[in-house]
Amino acid sequence: MHGASVELVQVSKRYGSAVAVDAINLKVPEGAYCCLLGPSGCGKTTTLRMIAGHETASDGDVLIGPREVGHLPPAARGTAMMFQSYALFPHLNLLDNVAFGPRMRGVDKATRQRKAREMLTLVRMEALAHRLPAQLSGGQQQRVALARALVTEPSVLLLDEPLSALDPFLRIQVRAELKRLQSELGITFIHVTHSQEEAMALSDLVVVMNNGRIEQAGTPREVFSRPDTAFVARFIGGHNVIALPGGSTIAVRVDRMRLLPEASPTTPLSLGARVETVEYQGSFVQLRLRPLDHALGTTELFAVVPDDAFAARPFAVGDAVTARWEAGDAHSLRDAQPSALVPALEESTP
Amino acid sequence: MMDGMVRVSDTTAKDARTMRRGRGTAYWQAAPFAFLFLVFFIVPLVLTVAVSFWRFDDYVLTPDLNLDAYREVFEGCIDKLPQLCVTFATYLSTLRFALMSWAATLVLGFGIAYFLAFHVRSVPVQMALFLLCTVPFWTSNIIRMVAWVPLLGRNGLVNQGLQAVGLTTGPLDWLLYSQFSVVLAFVHLYTLFMMVPIFNSMARIDRSLIEAARDAGASGWQTLWNVVIPLCKPGIVIGSIFVLTIVMGDFVTVGIMGGQQIASIGKVIQVQMSYLQFPIAAANAVVLLGIVLLMIWALTRLVDIRREL
Repeated sequence: MHGASVELVQVSKRYGSAVAVDAINLKVPEGAYCCLLGPSGCGKTTTLRMIAGHETASDGDVLIGPREVGHLPPAARGTAMMFQSYALFPHLNLLDNVAFGPRMRGVDKATRQRKAREMLTLVRMEALAHRLPAQLSGGQQQRVALARALVTEPSVLLLDEPLSALDPFLRIQVRAELKRLQSELGITFIHVTHSQEEAMALSDLVVVMNNGRIEQAGTPREVFSRPDTAFVARFIGGHNVIALPGGSTIAVRVDRMRLLPEASPTTPLSLGARVETVEYQGSFVQLRLRPLDHALGTTELFAVVPDDAFAARPFAVGDAVTARWEAGDAHSLRDAQPSALVPALEESTP
Repeated sequence: MMDGMVRVSDTTAKDARTMRRGRGTAYWQAAPFAFLFLVFFIVPLVLTVAVSFWRFDDYVLTPDLNLDAYREVFEGCIDKLPQLCVTFATYLSTLRFALMSWAATLVLGFGIAYFLAFHVRSVPVQMALFLLCTVPFWTSNIIRMVAWVPLLGRNGLVNQGLQAVGLTTGPLDWLLYSQFSVVLAFVHLYTLFMMVPIFNSMARIDRSLIEAARDAGASGWQTLWNVVIPLCKPGIVIGSIFVLTIVMGDFVTVGIMGGQQIASIGKVIQVQMSYLQFPIAAANAVVLLGIVLLMIWALTRLVDIRREL
C-alpha cells in the first residue's frame, strides 16, 4: 500500500439553492493524516463524501494523485471509506465482511480469505473471524470496519467520525491505534471530526471548516498558535477573542493572560476585569473574567494560571484585576467582527 | 438498622403483591382474544379432526375412531403408482398453481417493494404509492375476479385489441377459464401480501450498507444479490407463507377463473361438503393442513422469522 495526494480545486456542492460546500480549495499531501474539523452542518462530511465518490461535486475538480476522479465510481478512485455507523453487513461473519470487496472484484476464494485474515490480524480481530457483527462491541465493530476498508489496499482512507460512537476511554485508545496504523501503512487518511482534541492529537494537517468554507488549514500547532479567524480561535478552544476599541480583533491564548491586582483602563495590551468564577483544575486554576469596559464587544474572558503561581498570589470571586498580554501573544484576526454563528466556548483549557 | 430491615421486607412484600396483581391483570387482558381464538379456531379445528375419524354409511354419520375416510381419500393411490390417483393429481395441480403464483408474486412484489423502498425518496410519495397498491382491496374478491371476464373472454377487450393490431388472426382461447387466468387472478389478488413484508424488510436496511457495498466495488446487481436479497429473506419468507397458504386452500378463484373445470384440493373439499360427505372432506382438510404446515415449517427452517416479528 502507498498513499496518494488528494486535491480539491474550487469544489462546491449545492442541494437546490442550499450550498453545503462553497468553492473550497485543499491539497492534502500523500501519506498525511488530515482532519476535517468543524461543527455539524459545516460541510465536512459532504466534502469527505465527494472525495469518496458517494456525492458528485456540483462544481470543481477532485484529484487523487495526478488523476481527476470526479466522474469515477468509488471503487475506481483508490479510496476506501469507513462509515460512521461502520455499516458492517449484518448477515455476514467478520471474515466474509472483510472479504466482501475482493469477492465483488472477482478475487478467488483462497486468496481473498487469506487477505481478509491478514487484515483481521492487523486490527487484532482474527480470533473472532467467524462471529457476526451483532455479537461484537462497538470498539470491535470499528476495528472490523477498518479492516474491511483496508483490504482493497486503498491509497486514501476516508473516515467519517470514526470515534463518535465509542465511549470516551475507548476513544483515546482507538485514536492511538488509528495513528499507529496510518504511520505503519503510510497511506493518506482523511478523518472527519467535530472534536478539536481528536484533530489536534491525530493530524498532520487540520482543516477547520465553517458554513461550507475552509476557515484555516495548517498543522495543529499553526492552527492553535496563530488562528486566522475568530471562528477558528473559538472553535479550537484555549483562546480569548478580544475586540479592541478601534475595530481590530485579536486572539490571545488563555494561558498567556497575566493577571495583576487592581483594574486599569483598556489598552491594546491590557484590560480591566472582575473575577466571576475561580475553578481549581489540579495543575492549573481557571478564572472567568468579565471586562469592566462595557464598550468592548467582549463579555467574557478566560485566564489560566499555574497552580503554584495562583497559590502565591490568589484571586477571589469579585476581585478587580488587570489582564495583560505581551504584544507577541496577540494575533490579529482576519475578520473584523466576531462571527455571529460561532458556538459558545465549551472548554478553554489548553 | 432494624428500621432499615423492616422497610426492606416491607417493600419486598409490596413488590410481590404488585407482581401478583400484575399477573392477574395480564390474564384478564388476554382473555377476550383467547376466547375468540378458542371459539373460532381451536374448537372448529378439533371438530374437523374428530369428524375425519367418524364412520359414514351413505348419509348416516356415526361418531367413531376409524380411518375409513383417510382410506377413501387415498384409495388406489399406492397400487396405481406410477400412475397418479385423483388425490395425488389434484395435489399436484394445486401445488403447481401455488408455485406459479408464488414465483410471479415474488418477482412482482420484490420489484415493487424495491422501487418503493430505494427509488422513491420522499416519504409522502412513498405512502401515496403504497396506498395505490391497496386499491384492488377496496372491492370484494369476487368482483375483482369477475372483472377479468370482459377483459379476457373470447370477445373481450384483450382479444379484440390483439386482433385489431393484427397480432392474432382469431381469438385466443387460453386467456380465460384456463390455468393462465387462474394464476393471473392469484397474482392480481395476492401480490400485495408478498410486497408488504418485503417492503418492511427493505425499509429496515441501513442505507449506508448499500453505500458500503458500492464503496467495496460491488455493481448494482452484485449489491442486490449479496446485500439486499439476503437482508430481505425474512420478508420474502413471510410473504411466501401468505401466498402459498392462501393459494393451497383456495377454491373460489380456481372455480371462477378456471370455469369450474380445473381441479384444486380446496375445490374437492367443497364438492365433498356439498354431497354431505363430511368425514372425507374433513380427512382431506386434515391432510391439506398437514401439507401446508410442512411447507411453513420448511420455509421457517430457511430463515428465523421470529427475529423479524
